[in-house]
Amino acid sequence: MTSLSMTVADGLTITRRNLIKVKRVPDLIVFATLSPIMFVLLFRYVFGGAINVPGDISYAEFLLPGIFAQTVVFGSTITGASLADDLQKGLIDRFRSLPMAHSAVLVGRTVADLALNALSIAVMALTGLAVGWRIHTSVGEAALGFLVLLGFAYAVSWLMALVGLIVRTPEVVNNASFIVIFPITFVANTFVPLETFPSVLRHFAEWNPVSSVVQAARNLFGNSFGAPDVWSLQHPVLYAALWGVAILAVFVPLSVRTYRSTASR
Amino acid sequence: MTDAIVVEGLVKRFGATTALDGVDLTVPEGSVLGLLGPNGAGKTTVVRILTTLLRADAGRAEVVGLDVVRDSDAVRASIGLTGQYAAVDEYLTGFENLEMVGRLYHLPKRDARSRADELLARFDLSDAAHRPAKTYSGGMRRRLDIAASLIARPRVLFLDEPTTGLDPRSRLGMWEFIADLADGGTTILLTTQYLEEADRLADRMVVIDHGRVIARGTGDELKAQVGGQRLEFTFGRSVDVAEAADRLRHLTVDQPRADEQTRRLSLPVRGGTEVLAEALRRLEGSGVDVLDVGLRRPDLDDVFLTLTGHAAEQDDDSSPDPSLAGREPAATTGSTR
Repeated sequence: MTSLSMTVADGLTITRRNLIKVKRVPDLIVFATLSPIMFVLLFRYVFGGAINVPGDISYAEFLLPGIFAQTVVFGSTITGASLADDLQKGLIDRFRSLPMAHSAVLVGRTVADLALNALSIAVMALTGLAVGWRIHTSVGEAALGFLVLLGFAYAVSWLMALVGLIVRTPEVVNNASFIVIFPITFVANTFVPLETFPSVLRHFAEWNPVSSVVQAARNLFGNSFGAPDVWSLQHPVLYAALWGVAILAVFVPLSVRTYRSTASR
Repeated sequence: MTDAIVVEGLVKRFGATTALDGVDLTVPEGSVLGLLGPNGAGKTTVVRILTTLLRADAGRAEVVGLDVVRDSDAVRASIGLTGQYAAVDEYLTGFENLEMVGRLYHLPKRDARSRADELLARFDLSDAAHRPAKTYSGGMRRRLDIAASLIARPRVLFLDEPTTGLDPRSRLGMWEFIADLADGGTTILLTTQYLEEADRLADRMVVIDHGRVIARGTGDELKAQVGGQRLEFTFGRSVDVAEAADRLRHLTVDQPRADEQTRRLSLPVRGGTEVLAEALRRLEGSGVDVLDVGLRRPDLDDVFLTLTGHAAEQDDDSSPDPSLAGREPAATTGSTR
């Protein structure tokens, strides 16, 4: 077998294994579906009355791309927690003693988490349609919108993989990543327009890649009332893609290298 | 006979702790080597280096003629590893676990499945084959773990404390499985802290303590190193132990082992049945209540005690968490005593 076809075959074997777990552990399905539904409903009806967005866009339309982005970025933390769990249970030792592709465990993990994120987005999109969110663009643009969201989350999964392999305790991975991911997803245009931010926070939010992901999705779904005049938000697809590629370029090799020398203790 | 495993001058340090301090050993093809030692002696570190999970700081190791660092991928294709903690995916069924590992050894799908069925039957897991491993007992998980390491018919099998934590019945069952594998010609490196286990399964033994080899040979050779016999008593009352030890002290050739809790006394002696008769005569009229008396050859516990000055199964007091005991590289490495 060539090394590429071996990576693909082994990656698929591990992906299948991870998806079987999703099927057998109801909490995961709940996490992936119910909590996004809850988020959509809470923000739509609790904050929706208090937050006004300019232009002729409803808050529901403004909100949904933001919730999509927040949910998939949070979804990518599962990668870290699951790898830490595998490490604790000695499964990584087993995999490392097998003649399989070195990247397969991480590829299989991140791909399974991508599938879970796609499921979350599908459920949220259906909920969104029920509460007044609409896509106003072509099928191609809408598809690109979902691709930007999932692609960025996939890149973050590789960062989380490294965190999981280094931190080694699933609970700690979860807590640590929440501390980082909450501000990153809230100090952005996710839930409110950036115009309302104080200036320092606003600069951070404007260049926060999550803002660009959200802006890209809003543009591509036709949910935008316009964006602040900064490069990152005027070219959101390009800026988000650059971040995604940069994260992958750094964390794929770093995570694979860490995996190859890691071992349960 | 060629050697399936060759280890020369292996050194491994974890920070300031030296886990392995120049270990040499060989395992001839088709034989079983018992790697013995207390917690933290370095047994698991040897296994981890040989299975390519860890790199040694110095020395050389070959498995089936392949260097474990340079040819690590090829080594992995020829070995099976069963670690100290059953590494099975608890959400997968027994069958799915085996099929997955088979696929990762790159067996064709059909072979992986038929081999999975075959191994489930051999390890008495057919009835549980389609239940998630989460529902398995500890013994069943261990058997599934060993089955997983056998799926690609490895030439060399590493078993790291395969019966630690098992109840006596499961342990006996596991011994039979391991003995069968050895009869089938698989080279096995087995680590254990149970001397009885090594005595029963291993052709040859290497005893390590604090990262160094302190003895090697067959079970009989190791026992011969200690020599003589053991005269053993069990008494009715704990006060009898001291009384008897005092009366019999001139018969022993080495330090006796007395345990007031179990009311047992073990005396290293020479001279066979004559010593036994003499001992009984000396106890006459002393009033000690002898429940049980016997003469036996030294076992590996005696060997271990003689070689290291401490018992093999002695627990490490400095280990704060029992679940971490014996794991390496732990902070406890090298601190046993």
